[in-house]
Amino acid sequence: MTGADGTPLIVAALLLPLAGAAIAFAMPRTTRWVGIATAVVLLAVVVMLCGAVGAGGELSHAVGGWGAPLGIALRVDGLSAAMLLTTAAVSLAVAAYGRSYFRDESAGPAGFTPLSMLLIAGLNALFVSGDLFNVYVTLEVLGLSAAALVARAGTPEALTGAMRYLLVTVAASLVYLLGVALLYHLTGTLDIRLVGARLESGAAAWSAVGLIGAAMLLKSAVFPLHFWLPPAHANAPAPVSALLSALVVKASLYVLLRVWLDVLPAARADFGAVVGALGCAAVLWGSTQALRQDQLKLLVAYSTVAQVGYLFIPFAFTSAAAAGTAWRGAVYLVLCHALAKTAMFMSVGNIQLFGGDRIGELDRVVQRLPLTMAAFAVAGITVAGLPPSGGFVAKWLILEAAVQEGRWFVSAVVLVGGLLASIYVFRVIGPAFTKGAQPRQPRRVPNAMEWVAFAVALATVLLGFFGMPLLELIDAGAPFGNALEPER
Amino acid sequence: MNATFLLPVLILLSSLVPGMIIFFLPEEWRTARTALNLFGAVLKVLLVGLVALGIASGEAYETRLPLVPGVDLALVIDPLAILLSVLSAVLWLVTTIYAVGYLEGSPDRSRFFGFFSICVTATVGVAMAGNLVTFLLFYELLTLSTYPLVVHRGTEVARRAGRAYLFYTLTGGVLLLAGIAWLYGIAGTLEFAPRGFLSELPADVHPELTAIFVLLIAGVGVKAALVPLHGWLPQAMVAPAPVSALLHAVAVVKAGAFGIVRIVQNVYGVEFSEELGVAGPLAAVASVTIVYGSLRALQQNDLKRRLAFSTVSQVSYIALGVAIAGPIASIGGLVHLVHQGIMKITLFFCAGNFAETLGVHKVDEMRGVGRRMPWTTGAFTVAACGMIGLPPLAGFVSKWYLGLGAAAVGDSWVILILIVSGLLNAGYFLPILYIAWFEAPPEPAEQTPRSGGRLETSWQLLLPPVATAALTLIVGLFAAAPWSPLRWVQLVASLGFAE
Repeated sequence: MTGADGTPLIVAALLLPLAGAAIAFAMPRTTRWVGIATAVVLLAVVVMLCGAVGAGGELSHAVGGWGAPLGIALRVDGLSAAMLLTTAAVSLAVAAYGRSYFRDESAGPAGFTPLSMLLIAGLNALFVSGDLFNVYVTLEVLGLSAAALVARAGTPEALTGAMRYLLVTVAASLVYLLGVALLYHLTGTLDIRLVGARLESGAAAWSAVGLIGAAMLLKSAVFPLHFWLPPAHANAPAPVSALLSALVVKASLYVLLRVWLDVLPAARADFGAVVGALGCAAVLWGSTQALRQDQLKLLVAYSTVAQVGYLFIPFAFTSAAAAGTAWRGAVYLVLCHALAKTAMFMSVGNIQLFGGDRIGELDRVVQRLPLTMAAFAVAGITVAGLPPSGGFVAKWLILEAAVQEGRWFVSAVVLVGGLLASIYVFRVIGPAFTKGAQPRQPRRVPNAMEWVAFAVALATVLLGFFGMPLLELIDAGAPFGNALEPER
Repeated sequence: MNATFLLPVLILLSSLVPGMIIFFLPEEWRTARTALNLFGAVLKVLLVGLVALGIASGEAYETRLPLVPGVDLALVIDPLAILLSVLSAVLWLVTTIYAVGYLEGSPDRSRFFGFFSICVTATVGVAMAGNLVTFLLFYELLTLSTYPLVVHRGTEVARRAGRAYLFYTLTGGVLLLAGIAWLYGIAGTLEFAPRGFLSELPADVHPELTAIFVLLIAGVGVKAALVPLHGWLPQAMVAPAPVSALLHAVAVVKAGAFGIVRIVQNVYGVEFSEELGVAGPLAAVASVTIVYGSLRALQQNDLKRRLAFSTVSQVSYIALGVAIAGPIASIGGLVHLVHQGIMKITLFFCAGNFAETLGVHKVDEMRGVGRRMPWTTGAFTVAACGMIGLPPLAGFVSKWYLGLGAAAVGDSWVILILIVSGLLNAGYFLPILYIAWFEAPPEPAEQTPRSGGRLETSWQLLLPPVATAALTLIVGLFAAAPWSPLRWVQLVASLGFAE
């Protein structure tokens, strides 16, 4: 269904963050307001866009009036809308938090606001792209702005982490490009839908999809390709870690999903089991690693490795009903985990600012930051998938699908992963209730930073109660329709 | 949107909202905090009372919010829900008064009362849950909100106890979730039904249903402290006395026992549980727990530890009652849900008074406390005699119906268990009473840290145990009155059986 109503909204979602980035770059003195103003307007636009998609199904826009295969198509279905919503929500939270976090620093071209806005622009463009080459461009924008943001901390560890991240992301993009080139050679088009319609199964097609898959697994840090994530996420400034963990790793999940759903649905049957198994391994490995960390931020980073694993588990499901349920859960988890991880990294940022980032010394810190601790704890409920929280709803759906298909191992992984997550969350919260001496003069943490973290955490709990409209939105335009067809 | 739709939500909010506000109150705003606490507690009692009256006159209360396709957040008030709601609302009010007095002058009170309120919200949620997912939701909320109460003192011992508590209960939660998801895969619904919803399923899923029963009961059995899942409970007694009272009588242990009742009656159905052959083993586990808990209680010198093992034992009467076929035993089990709550909360209040007023923590330090604190010791005596099962106190009514029910279906071994357990109860309670009343107090008497003027301790500490002790007597004495817990339970039990 082509809705003319949605076009201005799609274009606005693309241009707003770019405009914000440009203004913040050109007029550094405005950065304190530009970031948050842009994020507020963006969220409003995206909510309206979601409303339009929910009401009318898929929206599409041919750029410059030229349709595919000549022109570039922009498409927004329920899956895209959910990703856009996640991005807009997180960017608002991060903009509000970043205002206080970076308030002492001189804003320059490499300032947080322009770079983060560029990152958001890249994400938004990715989620509306209907074209494989556009996807490549957005991935590069994402990778470069993310690496620059990591390096902003300026410490040697941050620079090393940023460098490693940059190499990984560029390498992955090149592998992806190779896959795209193969597909173009085979089909003569770059439009995702047209490629899907023209592509015939064969060795070349399989190689292309395999290359794209491998590239995206690397970018999403799916076990065992997660080696680059903990150093990059743990050494970046807190708002940057939030952006990376909440949004950037999920961008590549989106690409993989699109390619496998729309280009070569058959790939799911063969590669799906492998990817699902890797997802399970990531859940267990990431969780156990998180249990062993002494540095608070590394714990949260490994938790991301584990949670990303959940997002890849649904690839394993083969029956239409189970896969549909599981994907709804996974996409919902994208939103819930994004908010929860944002809140967690913000809490950790507050704790670091206060003084202290080792779990062993937490008992001296956290009692003086009750609100921050509450934010971490509440976000932890979602990460552990405990009710009442959005994480529970998401994991319930994945579990339901696993039971439906009789996959006992997957069910066990989902359950055990939740238990391990509650244990590592508890390692941080536990000390909050015991007494300890205050060894050094603490720095004051701005109220805004505490409240933003808490508000975001609270939102994840509310998502546990009011998930139905969003679950229906994810289904709008039947993004998982192609995957389900073979069984119908 | 009318009152029947709103009331379940209001009942939850009546404690949740005050709790949330209390979190943000400055520590020194004592009056505002106490006023909010009492306002919430009284409002909850009134609302629950209103709903109970409505239920008695045939009204139905139900609120639903779809969570995921096919599963609702369902608050459904049935007579069984009323049983736990009334119990927790009334005892919460009493415990709030006690806690305000008990924690006078200690740090972190805003945090304490905040979690205290969430805890009772979760308990009432457990009571009103209309399906297994809703039950799980509040059950886990209860776990999370009681942890800060268990570790409230912040000592190393408290920390260890808290860790054990979380480990046990979260594992239990995972088992419960596994069972629920599996059950949903088979049955396609999770809504509680008066006589269960599984008896229509084909016979070839019966082995799976048996496995699920084990998972579910293990999941709630952790909180109900069924042996061997009881390890956390004796450790958790390091918590402040009002928390122990809440844990043992109103919230955590009760939620577990209530879960067993729901699973047996409203998921499987008593008759289908018999048919499936799962009720017998449950009765056996409950019996073992009853005897084991009493035996361990005998060995304890620490008063609160002895009471904790007594809880392990006493709560399993509830499981035993619902596991035995037939409505009469169910009556015994269900009425014990209320009776055990009233009696055990009295005992913990009294133990707290001894500790706070005289500094007495151990049984052998209790020489002569009867002369120094006659009212508290009197309340303790009433509750202890009730636990032993002396007529006409509350505990007697429970045991009478349990024995009667077992005899009615020919399970005479249950009567043996009841006799043994009664003797063991006497064995660990009577020495306490003897020491307290008849042995001479040590000379010179220690300083009393807390003075209540002319009273033996402050009125906030004295009134709650005396009131609940009186209640122990009243519910036993007037068990046949139309408003007694027994009458209500007879109504509940009649719903679970065909005749």
